[in-house]
Amino acid sequence: MTLADWFAKRKNNKAKASDIKIGDIPLTDEEVKKLWKKCNYCQKSIPKKELKKNYMVCPECDYHFRVGAQDRIAHLVDENSFEEINAHIKPADPLGFYDTMKYTDRQEEAFSKTKLAEAIVTGFGFINGHHLALGIMDFSYMGGSMGSVVGEKLTRLIEEAIRREVPLVTISSSGGARMQEGILSLMQMAKTSCALARMHEKKLLYISILAEPTFGGVTASYGTLGDILIAEKDARIGFAGRRVIEQTIRQKLPSDFQTAHYLFKYGQVDMICHRCELKKTLSDLFDLHKPGQTFVQKEKEAQEATAGN
Amino acid sequence: MEKRPTTSMEFEKPIHTIETKIEELRSLSDETGINLEEQIETLEKQAETFKQELYTNLQPTQRLQIARHPKRPTFKTYISLMTDNWIELHGDRHGTDDRAVIGGLGKINGRPVMLIGTQKGNSTRENLEHNFGMPHPEGYRKALRLFYHANKFNIPIVTIIDTPGAYPGLKAEQTGQGEAIAFNLREMANLTVPFVAIITGEGCSGGALGLAVSNRIYLLEHAYYTVISPEGCASILFRDALKASEAAKAMKITAEDLLKLGISDGTIKEPLGGAHNDPEQIAYNIKNTIIKALTELENLTTEEIKEEKYNKFRRMGQIIE
Repeated sequence: MTLADWFAKRKNNKAKASDIKIGDIPLTDEEVKKLWKKCNYCQKSIPKKELKKNYMVCPECDYHFRVGAQDRIAHLVDENSFEEINAHIKPADPLGFYDTMKYTDRQEEAFSKTKLAEAIVTGFGFINGHHLALGIMDFSYMGGSMGSVVGEKLTRLIEEAIRREVPLVTISSSGGARMQEGILSLMQMAKTSCALARMHEKKLLYISILAEPTFGGVTASYGTLGDILIAEKDARIGFAGRRVIEQTIRQKLPSDFQTAHYLFKYGQVDMICHRCELKKTLSDLFDLHKPGQTFVQKEKEAQEATAGN
Repeated sequence: MEKRPTTSMEFEKPIHTIETKIEELRSLSDETGINLEEQIETLEKQAETFKQELYTNLQPTQRLQIARHPKRPTFKTYISLMTDNWIELHGDRHGTDDRAVIGGLGKINGRPVMLIGTQKGNSTRENLEHNFGMPHPEGYRKALRLFYHANKFNIPIVTIIDTPGAYPGLKAEQTGQGEAIAFNLREMANLTVPFVAIITGEGCSGGALGLAVSNRIYLLEHAYYTVISPEGCASILFRDALKASEAAKAMKITAEDLLKLGISDGTIKEPLGGAHNDPEQIAYNIKNTIIKALTELENLTTEEIKEEKYNKFRRMGQIIE
């Protein structure tokens, strides 16, 4: 074999590589992880591409995987209509906090891992033509914990929504308040609730979607302040964590405790929504809340129409 | 009022050693007739300076112990020492009267005030009755009913808070602990009467905040106010529940820290060694703070009350832009 032949053969092989089906050649564990995802519920391996197409819902057993803020925008908002605001805000370290690690190092780690500036993305967009303000939490950034940045971005979003007179939708996915910012995190609950009090007075619609998982300070503030509460399927939602409760009351908790179904059973949410249905449900709800023509107006119009004839 | 028996804490041991020594000298001098006045006086002076130094330089975890002292005055104690014509108002009107939250009307210095507080006990029996000061959702809803009542009749509101947190239980989750607190936060924001919150012992997390979206927030000298109990923080972040003292330090939870962070409007001085050493004195100090705060707030219009409350919480937090 000449050197030229050798190169030609190598080139051919390379071209063929893309045609090889995944099942044909043994893949390393890393490669498998890159292309496939194991379902937490049915344990079946699902091609990631397929999963993505299916809104990150397992096609086999309907299990809802956690999704990030960018995926949410893709799932819900009309194409290219999302306009992010306050993306530049970054977390500070008001207490000079350290535990097993410095808080500033944790922030950097979270940023390099997720490429997110913080645990929430806020902005304005359209859902099937309905203009709205949207705040989406991302669990991958420090467990979606709420610190000063989450509180500030959300408050600014609410204030801007009031100014623009548009409804608000939030999607919560959070372990609760961020301990590294101590009391300032707790006060974000008050701050966001004060802003929502203004929104409430202005009679603007607020729909809160509780996704896997929503706990602690988020549940005890804007999470449950929606005029309508939607629990996403498979979400776990609660105030105190399961372990803390078990330790306190010293009894075993039911297996479905703090699931979306459990909350629904006890009247804590309006509905449980499948992720694939979320956009339509929101759009329908906006439609039903549209300050459309009143019955009186309709009647008047009908009369005018007959008078004109 | 009779002097209440005090339970001493580990870090107070040196004081007790000196005090026992003084007692011994006294009885020795009585028995033998030798004049030991001079020695006793020096020791007493030493004890006094030692106490002053000890209690002004307490570690956060030592303050925590004082805040959680079993004999710490409770809401009921304060009511009896601060108010006249107290009438308790019961129930959430939805089937429950949560005993961890007590509320009612009383007069402070001649003015009617709506007082609402979390109630702990000074004994096991009392603690069981009041669920160790941990409200269920029904407690927050009862408080809400009383907030509305005060707002309707233009009566200022004072909340006295000492709670390890909202109760983490099965039923509490079923009836919406998170929602009950959240709803209170929003409704408190829209109240138009002067509202003062005082953290007298433990101010733990949403359980405390659920009664404290107010125009003024004060902390007792040894009280603390935090997003999570130091033990909870230690077990989650430090992965070791025994590191609570480190967590307490790192989270900046003392009255002094909160003043610096701009959360608290002032610190109410406690009698040396803690409120339990002189309930009358601390009740007097709290009462004065309430009167001062309400006098300031009384001049504001209903809209200004809301506006200044909004701005107060709007400022809280630190970010980089």
